[in-house]
Amino acid sequence: MNMRAVWSMYRFEMMRFFRTLMQSFISPVVSTSLYFVVFGAAIGSRIDQVEGVSYGAFIVPGLIMLSVMTQAISNASFGIYFPKFIGTFYELLSAPVNFLEIVLGYVGAAATKALFVGVVILLTSGLFVDLQIAHPFAMVLFLVLTCISFSLMGFIIGIWARNFEQLQLIPLLVVTPLVFLGGAFYSVSMLPPVWQNVTLFNPVVYLISGFRWAFFDVVDVPIGLSLLAIAGFTALCMAFIWWIFRTGWRIRT
Amino acid sequence: MPNMVEIDSLRKVYEGGFEALRGVSLTIEEGEILALLGPNGAGKTTLISAVCGITLPTSGHIRVGGHDVITEYRAARSLIGLVPQEIHLEPFESAIDSVRFSRGLFGKKRDDAKIEEILKTLSLWDKRDTKNMQLSGGMKRRVLIAKALSHEPRVLFLDEPTAGVDVELRRDMWDTVKILKEQGVTIILTTHYIEEAEAIADRVGVINKGQLLLVEDKDALMTRLGQKELRIDLGAPISSIPDGLAGYGLRLGDGGRSLIYAYDSNAGRTGITRLIADVDQAGLVLDDIHTSQNSLEDIFVGLVHEGDDA
Repeated sequence: MNMRAVWSMYRFEMMRFFRTLMQSFISPVVSTSLYFVVFGAAIGSRIDQVEGVSYGAFIVPGLIMLSVMTQAISNASFGIYFPKFIGTFYELLSAPVNFLEIVLGYVGAAATKALFVGVVILLTSGLFVDLQIAHPFAMVLFLVLTCISFSLMGFIIGIWARNFEQLQLIPLLVVTPLVFLGGAFYSVSMLPPVWQNVTLFNPVVYLISGFRWAFFDVVDVPIGLSLLAIAGFTALCMAFIWWIFRTGWRIRT
Repeated sequence: MPNMVEIDSLRKVYEGGFEALRGVSLTIEEGEILALLGPNGAGKTTLISAVCGITLPTSGHIRVGGHDVITEYRAARSLIGLVPQEIHLEPFESAIDSVRFSRGLFGKKRDDAKIEEILKTLSLWDKRDTKNMQLSGGMKRRVLIAKALSHEPRVLFLDEPTAGVDVELRRDMWDTVKILKEQGVTIILTTHYIEEAEAIADRVGVINKGQLLLVEDKDALMTRLGQKELRIDLGAPISSIPDGLAGYGLRLGDGGRSLIYAYDSNAGRTGITRLIADVDQAGLVLDDIHTSQNSLEDIFVGLVHEGDDA
């Protein structure tokens, strides 16, 4: 294992993040506050408790998940697409590193940034609502796993994309709808029975449900299934990335 | 000298069916400088890319420092520094951070003294904190070289290092290459410029349409190139070479109207003075004198066009 190379890639990626630290910090604070004004105060005041939790608090796990997923994907996809776009990718290909090291460096950095955003939103939420975390260890585990797995997915998108439009396409067309329809702002039990079944095909439901369980000890789907879903998703992404580097798909001519 | 780079029957067919390399075999000794000459699209960059791991060969084998570049890629690539043809740099990073990154990427321990030495050699030290995007074209190219040298490679690939570079930087580049050679670094450079090959290479290879047409010791090549011809036009035609001129190996040309003398311009004594005196002695009238020379360019163009006819 070439740990120096991993560290170099990680550090190089994080340097960009630190240069724009204020932006990285302010934008989640502002957007979270907006969500609380709209969903918490304006709409939430007309909604009773959901599953025994005030609506303002109920949306916190979904809100964190929404931001963490989109941040992880955009950071990771941009992080690996940018060297391809400006041509510095040649150096990664000619360096004595394997796929795991490149993934650790780039995905590690993207996941760190996403985690940072998640923590900022969690802390900002604490200013608006009274938060209780029933299972802190599980909460951290779910948060970290989500950062990693969606960064892996972003990495794949970055390798796959041939232009900036394609880079935006999957997050916009697939991920955002799945997250919005994944119970970020409602409980699956609030849906009509037919849609309750349909929604079980949405993988994001399992993640949000598991994350919410860590906060409030209430679930849409069994917690074991949630863990299985995120572990399976992570494994799937890793396998795909391993295949990409083995075959040179879209990276080596 | 042990072999540093061994390329055996290397073929590369791109996805579209274009055959960029058609069975290239080449051995490069440790510490030598090889110049690969060839027109655009000859396969120079593909050859370098295959050695460096950027392109997967269709067939054939490549070993660097005795390590196969596919199965022992870590050991092989650790020895290689690559300066690409195009300028690809992270626009928002400083020169020194880019160079540090490269060193780390190749698994070398951080060494500020070494980085400083490299940047100073390349006259980059004063610009070390400037963002890459704010550097001039020539400076950017120096950063690329600094990145390639950052991990102290044993083999350096320079893909057209002086294309579009001003005269001063070209001289600097040649000096840098000479310093590296003194340190025992093996250097492979591609170029369009014949004088570049003449100035710094130990051996010269000519590549065209994916085939290596010639690899020859530069001095031997230059000796061949040093061959000049002297043509003496005579006032009146002669039917045979007079006995007094027998020792010069002369040929009759132009139906007996001229004498042709081949000589080595690099030799100390060309024998021209004596020849002309002897021509006079033989009672021949001199009308005119011409000399002509084979240039590397002639040989190069000749080789490249032979390929066209085939």
